[in-house]
Amino acid sequence: MAGATTATDLAIRLRAVEKTFGKGESTVRALRGVDFDVPAGEMTMLVGPSGCGKTTLISILAGLLSRDKGELEVFGQDLNALRRDRLSAWRRDNVGFIFQQFNLVPQLTVAENVSVPLVLKGESVGAAVKKANELLATLGLEGRGKSAPLKLSGGQQQRVAIARALIHEPRLLVCDEPTSALDAELGRRVMSLIRDRSHQHDRAVIVVTHDDRIFHLADRIAQMDDGLIKNIEIRAGSKPL
Amino acid sequence: MFRFAIKMLFGDNAKFYGILLGLGFASLLIAQQASIFVGLMSRTFAFIGEVGHVDLWVFDPTQSYVDEPKPLRATALPRVRGVTGVAWAAPLYKGLLVATLPDGSRKVCDVVGIDDDTLAGAPAEVVAGSIADLRMPDAVMVEVGSSQQQLRFPADLPPGAVPAPGQVFDPSAPMRPVEIGDIIELNERRARVVGLVRCAETFVAAPTIYTVYSRAVTYAPPSRRVMSTVLVGANEGVAPADLAARIRAETGLEAMQPWDYSMRTLGYWMRETGIPINFGIAIALGFFVGVAIAGQMFYNFTLDNLRYFGAFKAMGASSRLLLGMVALQALVAGVLGLGLGLGAVSAFGLSAAGGKLAFKMLWQIPLIAAGAVLVICVLASVISMWKVVRLDPADVFKGA
Repeated sequence: MAGATTATDLAIRLRAVEKTFGKGESTVRALRGVDFDVPAGEMTMLVGPSGCGKTTLISILAGLLSRDKGELEVFGQDLNALRRDRLSAWRRDNVGFIFQQFNLVPQLTVAENVSVPLVLKGESVGAAVKKANELLATLGLEGRGKSAPLKLSGGQQQRVAIARALIHEPRLLVCDEPTSALDAELGRRVMSLIRDRSHQHDRAVIVVTHDDRIFHLADRIAQMDDGLIKNIEIRAGSKPL
Repeated sequence: MFRFAIKMLFGDNAKFYGILLGLGFASLLIAQQASIFVGLMSRTFAFIGEVGHVDLWVFDPTQSYVDEPKPLRATALPRVRGVTGVAWAAPLYKGLLVATLPDGSRKVCDVVGIDDDTLAGAPAEVVAGSIADLRMPDAVMVEVGSSQQQLRFPADLPPGAVPAPGQVFDPSAPMRPVEIGDIIELNERRARVVGLVRCAETFVAAPTIYTVYSRAVTYAPPSRRVMSTVLVGANEGVAPADLAARIRAETGLEAMQPWDYSMRTLGYWMRETGIPINFGIAIALGFFVGVAIAGQMFYNFTLDNLRYFGAFKAMGASSRLLLGMVALQALVAGVLGLGLGLGAVSAFGLSAAGGKLAFKMLWQIPLIAAGAVLVICVLASVISMWKVVRLDPADVFKGA
């Protein structure tokens, strides 16, 4: 982990990225020229008040929104250069999502929910569900594969959502308030799991959070306000850029 | 993903059954009303089909439908017989006459008089007795369906018995259906039941009574014109269409093949009555009920699942894949709903078989119902698809 950092160690590189919503008097400048680097192999937390542009920023990083101006490379790929169908395929292959609301499909079993990213990549449902059950076991949900998601506790549902985000081993993991529905202890365990994953696989993790109980797990914390990164705090052990 | 789409559809029980019921109800209404309409309209020309082995029907050119009373002069028969290519020609009487029953009640009956010699025009199925018995004095045969049910006799009056002069029957006393041997009066002339026949229900709800032509004209009110139709058989090798043209040219009468005459009759009832409009409204209602219930339910189902579609989209599912999932859900719901509706219509049709209810499900009707359900599903899914296509995957971070 230590050593000089080169451009190839960067998972994400943003320069002067801007994003504006609306027109005329209702124009909102969500991002006002963000410069931001995210090293590979680290977990970066994005913090800041509501409406400061966090969600817009992670949506752009994950290829869900296009930027208006500026430069952006994610693992060397300029996302604006990709057509819509290629961008969908890029997200499918490279990004894992953990949503605040989990977004587990209630009509599918736990294992089927987890298998979705693999099925989207073309794997058969049977093989994908088998892998999902194996991953669920490593997350303490052994034997829960056939359960309905809504039968699980909030913490268990969150772990299912994590399993779904990790099963296709994405290079970029984007987490939106992953601990908001969890108590302190469970939140810490969930974040440790995500952090270990990012370190083990030398991939990048971006976490949007308001939960200061998990700040200590971050490799670096980016403070956003008014559409800009105001401050980046590098924690002990993190790579210098 | 398509397997997951089906699971999502089946997994939302309330909406799935709602969609099924909506589509099922729509296809039920459409197919049932269409079948009743076809059944009812078929009855307008059912009598023509009942008279088998006839090449041509010859009738007054101004006659619009088979039951319209436009009688011909008696001379029409020899004139038709004189046309080259006519193998045989037989008179047919068809008219509404009043029957008086032993208890004094009166019923309007549809009396059919068939050729005395050839018995051409006889119904295909004789239930009791023999069609040749019509040649016996005062002989008539009644139809076992509605006729037998409408021509009711006092239960304590044995078949063949005549009420004593001045005998009064208690109207609340038990009644029985008409039987062989019973005596009725047709226009105050004696008629004795010698048999029972079964024929297709006709549009005229009056009981049907068969007799020979020579007797039927004695029952009918006196007139120079009593013959309703001349039935014609063509010589071997003579095309009925050519013969019809010749009869028209030589006699001035209209001559048509059975199918053409049926369509002429049908056309009259379609044009001159509000029946098609009324049934059309009922069928349209079925369609709109389907759109309203199933369409709304399906749209709500998609809306409820929009956040999951959004999550799939964020995870890399293409819009095309999501549209395919929605289309598949609509298709599966449509097929099941259609099956449910058509199954119910078929059960209804089976239960109505042999009864008074007109019901005839042509093979085209399920296709029409399927087309209507397809349109409903397409409408519902297109609106739903619009939401899915417009779905911004970034919305998944908004907790929507």
